[in-house]
Amino acid sequence: MSGNLQKTETAQDIIDAAQHPMSEAWGMFRRDHAAMLALFVLLLVLIAGVAGPFVYPGDPFEMVWAPFTPPGEDGYVFGTDYLGRDLLTMLIYGARVSIAIGLAAALITVVIGITVGALAGFYKGWVEELLMRLTEFFQVLPTLLFSMVIVALFGATLPMITLAIGIVSWPPVARITRAEFLRIRELEYVTAARSSGVSDWKIMSRVILPNALPPIIVQAALMVGSAILFEAGLSFLGLTDPNVVSWGQIIGSNRQYILDSSYTVTIPGIAIFVTVLAISLVGDGLNDALNPKLRKR
Amino acid sequence: MPRILGIFQELTLTFLRATFFRSIYAVILLLAVLVLNFSMMHAAPGDVADTIAQSMGGADAEIMAQIRNDYGLDKPFLVQLGTYIGKVFHLDLGYSFFYNQPVVDLILERLPATLILVIGAQILALVVGVVLGVISARNPNGITSHLVTGLALFGYAAPVFWTGILFLLAFSLHLGWFPTSGMQDVTVEGGGWAHFVDIAHHSVLPILTLCSIYLALYSRLCRTAMLEVLGSDYVRTAKAKGLSTRQVVYKHALKNAVSPVITLAGLQFSAVISGAVLVEAVYSWPGLGTLAFQSIIARDTPTILGILFFSALVVVIGNLLTDLALRLVDPRVGGKQ
Repeated sequence: MSGNLQKTETAQDIIDAAQHPMSEAWGMFRRDHAAMLALFVLLLVLIAGVAGPFVYPGDPFEMVWAPFTPPGEDGYVFGTDYLGRDLLTMLIYGARVSIAIGLAAALITVVIGITVGALAGFYKGWVEELLMRLTEFFQVLPTLLFSMVIVALFGATLPMITLAIGIVSWPPVARITRAEFLRIRELEYVTAARSSGVSDWKIMSRVILPNALPPIIVQAALMVGSAILFEAGLSFLGLTDPNVVSWGQIIGSNRQYILDSSYTVTIPGIAIFVTVLAISLVGDGLNDALNPKLRKR
Repeated sequence: MPRILGIFQELTLTFLRATFFRSIYAVILLLAVLVLNFSMMHAAPGDVADTIAQSMGGADAEIMAQIRNDYGLDKPFLVQLGTYIGKVFHLDLGYSFFYNQPVVDLILERLPATLILVIGAQILALVVGVVLGVISARNPNGITSHLVTGLALFGYAAPVFWTGILFLLAFSLHLGWFPTSGMQDVTVEGGGWAHFVDIAHHSVLPILTLCSIYLALYSRLCRTAMLEVLGSDYVRTAKAKGLSTRQVVYKHALKNAVSPVITLAGLQFSAVISGAVLVEAVYSWPGLGTLAFQSIIARDTPTILGILFFSALVVVIGNLLTDLALRLVDPRVGGKQ
């Protein structure tokens, strides 16, 4: 009798000690120094983009001082560019555009990718065949070239640029989602849900998707980085909204003057590099934290 | 002996059959690409007549109607699409009014310049990437291993055009080792050899820049694959047989570790022209990427369509070649089909 009681107590202890999977993952992530540092850097960039314009007001298009003022001179931390615009102001506004486009484009890839991958992996058969052919078709398209054409033809506005990036970038997300759905749909708890008459939609969204999410989250994080690079490439080529400043566009418009002012090219490049690097390190950290099989490493 | 021949024949047969079906699928894929591209260009505001009118310095409504009639732009969309696809099957990609040249000639003229970059960068990245990957896998905590990790992070996070500009700043503007732009110096005299040396000199920085993306991917993947293979049973067996480490690594393990790298290299075909656009823009390299960029800015529809089709063709052919290469390296590939 007392032994039995003891047993239930231990079981209760285990339940009490068990953490929510997400807080367990956070615990893992917190111990990853590189990932934590990267997260800190990302937060800084985010704060610079969101609060920067209030802390350091200015118009990124306005000529404020003599062109080619080197960094640190006359109170301009990063100097001025060939038109005498304050590079720091431009970088702050550029952070907004880069992060906004990165997040929005990644959201598009995730929405399209999860939809296509989930339907393909769940229904199999001709649905899978059709959707995977569609995915392959989009992989044949030359990514940068295709989005250059879209932006040039349909207008260089931020929503169009975001859409152009999202439309060519979703196939990897679809592939990963499909693979996870194919694996999870055969597991017992899905069979259990099915046999108790749960609708297809609910099985997909409530039963399979939450369990398929970890690799998709990691991929989505990397997608934000790729989208930022992608946008930088487009705006470097001049295929960007002329009414906003972005990091790639600063490099593109200043590159003729690198002999006079190499910093106008190196500094925005460092901004892109550090941001994307931080995203990639956070992605690595998430990968380790969300993948229990790797936890022992 | 006849048995071996039989197996060989069977292998060739399955291979031919697989290639046949893949080719048919490739043609369908290309058709779909044509339809999508053509519809997209059609849906966009403005057409070829506008481009022509622009190059003439403007035209009134009557002349515009005349141009549209001449080039069949007033016909229904499906008729235009059908005509275009029919022409493409006869290797006719139309005529560029911006360059005053047939698009096929234009592409073939620019192709060699891009091939120099892409092939140079791919070979360099594959060789250096595999060597770095193998060395770092044999010594996972050594300097090379950290170098590979660093390279992979840099290659992923650094925008390729920025890497290109940094190379320009360092190696041509400050050190003066390499020319800043273009593919050749028109003032260079002498025979073919001098010419070759000149182009090689110009191509060093663009090739290194393009290589930086691939190298990061290949070295990291090769390291992972090699680590996995070195831990497998057959490698232990080979070691137990008393083979030298060198033999085990280079004869037994490397072959298997290299397969995923080849697959990845094949996948890069789709990114070939995209990567070339940015690198060529940095170095004013007269290749397909520059052509693509210029034609997009000039709204030269036939050239844009031609390049989009051509790059899809490159991807499809690249996939077939990758498959072939994998079969040569790994006989298990294709056995299932």
